[in-house]
Amino acid sequence: MMAASKKMLDHEPSEVETLLPFHAAGTLNARDARRVEEALAGDPELARQYAVIREEYAETISLNESLGAPSVRAMQKLFAAIDAEPAREPSRSIGLSARLSGFFASLSPRTLAWSASLGAVLLLLQAGVIGAVLMKNQTASFQTASLSLNEKSAAPLTRDLGSSITPTRALVRFTPDARIADITALLDNYQASIVDGAKGGMFSLQFGKAMSKDEVAGLLARLQREKIVSLAVATP
Amino acid sequence: MQVLYGRHHVRVFRFGLRLVRDEQIAEDLISEVFLDVWRQAGKFEGRSAVTTWLLAITRFKALSALRRRKDVGLDDETANAIEDTSDDPEVVAQKKDTGEALRKCLTALSPEHREIVDLVYYHEKSVEEVAEIVGIPENTVKTRLFYARKKLAELLKAAGIERGWP
Repeated sequence: MMAASKKMLDHEPSEVETLLPFHAAGTLNARDARRVEEALAGDPELARQYAVIREEYAETISLNESLGAPSVRAMQKLFAAIDAEPAREPSRSIGLSARLSGFFASLSPRTLAWSASLGAVLLLLQAGVIGAVLMKNQTASFQTASLSLNEKSAAPLTRDLGSSITPTRALVRFTPDARIADITALLDNYQASIVDGAKGGMFSLQFGKAMSKDEVAGLLARLQREKIVSLAVATP
Repeated sequence: MQVLYGRHHVRVFRFGLRLVRDEQIAEDLISEVFLDVWRQAGKFEGRSAVTTWLLAITRFKALSALRRRKDVGLDDETANAIEDTSDDPEVVAQKKDTGEALRKCLTALSPEHREIVDLVYYHEKSVEEVAEIVGIPENTVKTRLFYARKKLAELLKAAGIERGWP
């Protein structure tokens, strides 16, 4: 193996040699990583080359980190350009599943977790309402299928889509310097989830429970005082 | 978009800056890249990571910007000439600072070699992802990186720094 790697330096690199940088960066699959580990253990020449690669790896990171970050001008330019974009009709060619997966992919894991929890709570509530209605109507231990002449009591059982328990929503615009960590912390604090993307820079937030008018006013005032919130208004 | 921007703009900026070597152009690139993302969000099929998609767009935009800028060449000689005007690797080596010389030599690589080194080491992209971003076969990714590293070793050797490889 040692002779092989040495020979390759003058000619074509061996397969294992070409994998060394990816091993240093930790991007190899388990099978290739094992292959490289075994080769390194048996070939001191290869191990020396790997040490050089580790140095290159560290210095490349150091060099890139020293490049700093862009100014706010770039972001202002971007959002001005987005605001100037014509309103788009949703494309008919994109499947519903693709849209949904795209939307969920854009949410943070924490936001997804909150949304999933909220969904589970809503399902439980719905099951409870249906169960209560069924129990209320069930006066005997069994019922026969027969035509009731009393049509008033034979109204169809329909699902209430939850108008009475609709969670509160609000539109929020975050400040340009808001970081993802700040936004997720805010969502955590308010037990809220982002249910719609940024339209005109506004995110639609849904909160964990339905609120009275006064509670909503209080919530908006609290949101408005948050450092990373530049605007918080009720959903029209 | 704010969340996506907040999460990835620094990475996009640094990758773009390493390619175009001009902060102003790199900042313009960011706006162009994310505006494209905004316009083409529906086309993202989720088969690759968002960063891979963003870096591929950034690379395309950076190369277009370089083509527009006639005074910046894409070949090794031109790239090296730009870097060698001031504190070159030899001077740095005299200061006995291998790390600094290495960083200097990393900037002196050709754009083709710089991008592959950055994608693998800094952006931690796999062979498959680099192939997708750069648009080359996976085997070419591996050999191109090998020759980029060889070139780096040559530059360091020219600056008087021996590292025991090759």
